[in-house]
Amino acid sequence: MQTDVLVIGSGGAGMYAALSAAREGARVLLVDRSLIGRGGATVMAQMTVAVAVGEEEPDHWEHHLADTLKAGRGICDEALSRLLCEDGPACIREMDEWGVGWARNDGHLSQVHAPGHDRKRCVYVDFLNTGPAVSKTLRARVQRTAGIQRVGDLLVTDLALSGGICVGAHAVHVPSGAAVALAAKVTIVATGGLTRLYARNSASLNMGGDGYALALRAGAELIDMEFVQFFPIGHLAPRLVGMDPIMWDPFRYKLGGRLLNAEMREFLPEEGRYTSARDLATYAILKEVEAGRGSPHGGAWLSFQHCGEAALRAAFGPVIDRLAANGIDLTRQAIEVAPIAHYHMGGIRVDSDMRSSVPHLFAAGEAVGGANGANRLSGNAITEALTFGRRAGQRAAALAAKAPLRDISPKTWDRARPTLNAAAAIVELQKVVNRDVGPLRTASGLKRALAHLASIDVDVPAPRGGLDPEWIDLHDLRNMRLVAECVTRAALAREESRGAHQREDFPEPSDAWRRRQTVRLAGSEVRVER
Amino acid sequence: MRGAGGRRSGSPAARCALNARLKVLRGGRYEEYDVPFEPGQTVLDGLRWIRLHRDPSLAIRFSCINANACKECMIQVDGKTVYACTTRLAEREMRLEPLPNKVLVKDLVTEIAPPDERL
Repeated sequence: MQTDVLVIGSGGAGMYAALSAAREGARVLLVDRSLIGRGGATVMAQMTVAVAVGEEEPDHWEHHLADTLKAGRGICDEALSRLLCEDGPACIREMDEWGVGWARNDGHLSQVHAPGHDRKRCVYVDFLNTGPAVSKTLRARVQRTAGIQRVGDLLVTDLALSGGICVGAHAVHVPSGAAVALAAKVTIVATGGLTRLYARNSASLNMGGDGYALALRAGAELIDMEFVQFFPIGHLAPRLVGMDPIMWDPFRYKLGGRLLNAEMREFLPEEGRYTSARDLATYAILKEVEAGRGSPHGGAWLSFQHCGEAALRAAFGPVIDRLAANGIDLTRQAIEVAPIAHYHMGGIRVDSDMRSSVPHLFAAGEAVGGANGANRLSGNAITEALTFGRRAGQRAAALAAKAPLRDISPKTWDRARPTLNAAAAIVELQKVVNRDVGPLRTASGLKRALAHLASIDVDVPAPRGGLDPEWIDLHDLRNMRLVAECVTRAALAREESRGAHQREDFPEPSDAWRRRQTVRLAGSEVRVER
Repeated sequence: MRGAGGRRSGSPAARCALNARLKVLRGGRYEEYDVPFEPGQTVLDGLRWIRLHRDPSLAIRFSCINANACKECMIQVDGKTVYACTTRLAEREMRLEPLPNKVLVKDLVTEIAPPDERL
């Protein structure tokens, strides 16, 4: 297949990039390893979108930027943070024109005060429907846009290079196992983050760090890989299905939910209890558990028993019924919550045009590192997806207009098929990474994780004809192993605590570490540099 | 199903020895799997357990795991079209089949993408 602009991944960033490139006149090929516009992180986002539209109270993108930089603990790439905050309003208004259905209050956009913000800044779609509405709106828009060819079930295994320039990608058509060459003048990686590396995560199945592995093997630099955000109050117990495990945050700040330890005592400081940033709340919960004051399943209690049914229903309507279907009655019981891997601040290193260090290779959305520093501000993820997608699409189309198309031939595979159960090996990797590369880290734990990762010997053989789930697992294990090594080595090198990176053996931030680390591949060796 | 990449930590208190017998239609014939579970677990949990512990070649389609956001895991359970991620396992025999009105890809996976989004 041939195209001007190849977009890999069809979450919010990928779809916005495709729309934006097509608007500039480029032919676009939008591919996804599963269905178009259904997977990824965007569709999972039940929460809010941070944007300085100033409809609830006066605001300016510079205030949003100040909060973003503060949350990022001093190491944001300010050009990227600025792009997110400055372009956010235009993207949110465009989504509004496309009918996303932002919640309104007396005719203006309704904005709530989410943790870490200095004012009411976060728009949303009721009820807990922000991500699905954003995905659906973009999906419909992409379907109606001439110039965008969409192909699902196409799993990209490697980027294609010619003379050091990215000239497209190699893919496998999942239902048939056929190798497919995707020749492209410019390629945009929009594959999202890496939270599937963790046993407790709020991610889709496809968030195993594919884009980082693709970029790394193509020679690109990654940045800030040690910074994985844990969402402090991810659902823990009782079992809840049919809902995003991170749904409790809006409940908490809309209704003032009480976060309690085993002694039924609030343990976050009273000042800023509802607005404390995610890294601080995560740390506080884990320290309560460590001190033996955790809830029965190893987290904290979250209680809305003081709210009353009318207030709960007014705030969350049909969600209350979905909770009832799970046997949960918030007027009668507290639920248990605990930190859960939620987002990755690091990623592919790009400039403010979304260009990576490999010519003709761009990135967008969570796949990009830097905008959020050591800790992402609540509500910035969708804004990042939309603004970075838009910018990447524009710049990629401009470059494609003057770039040649090069032929590439389908990849051949020469590896023998290993005998391991890769699905089980992935679960083991997730346990190790969760335990040793989680929110609280030590040198000995990180070294133990590296030893485990080094023991995983995985080569990817040729896919068998027809859908081959074991081949997909081998492919995922290969990428997850590589990306987990990047996170672990970067975490081991950073001998301080900052934001989402907390070292028990180096508990304080250090001015000498107010800098960023890059990761690149030298042969098969993962190299961390600063 | 502790640690199966899921979102919960196993609960010693809630762990009970329940068993579901899943009869899965695979390429024209049913294969049976006895799947241990705890109250609250889902058919998708059961299918993932089979892939980890019995047969990793079993093909299923899902993305969001259990948030019911992606809508990819539609199959038939006992003749009724449901989402595997929100249908609870029960201590009995459960018959799992691919969607009957879609082209079969493999096992429980059918071609559910719009025609113009296929290769």
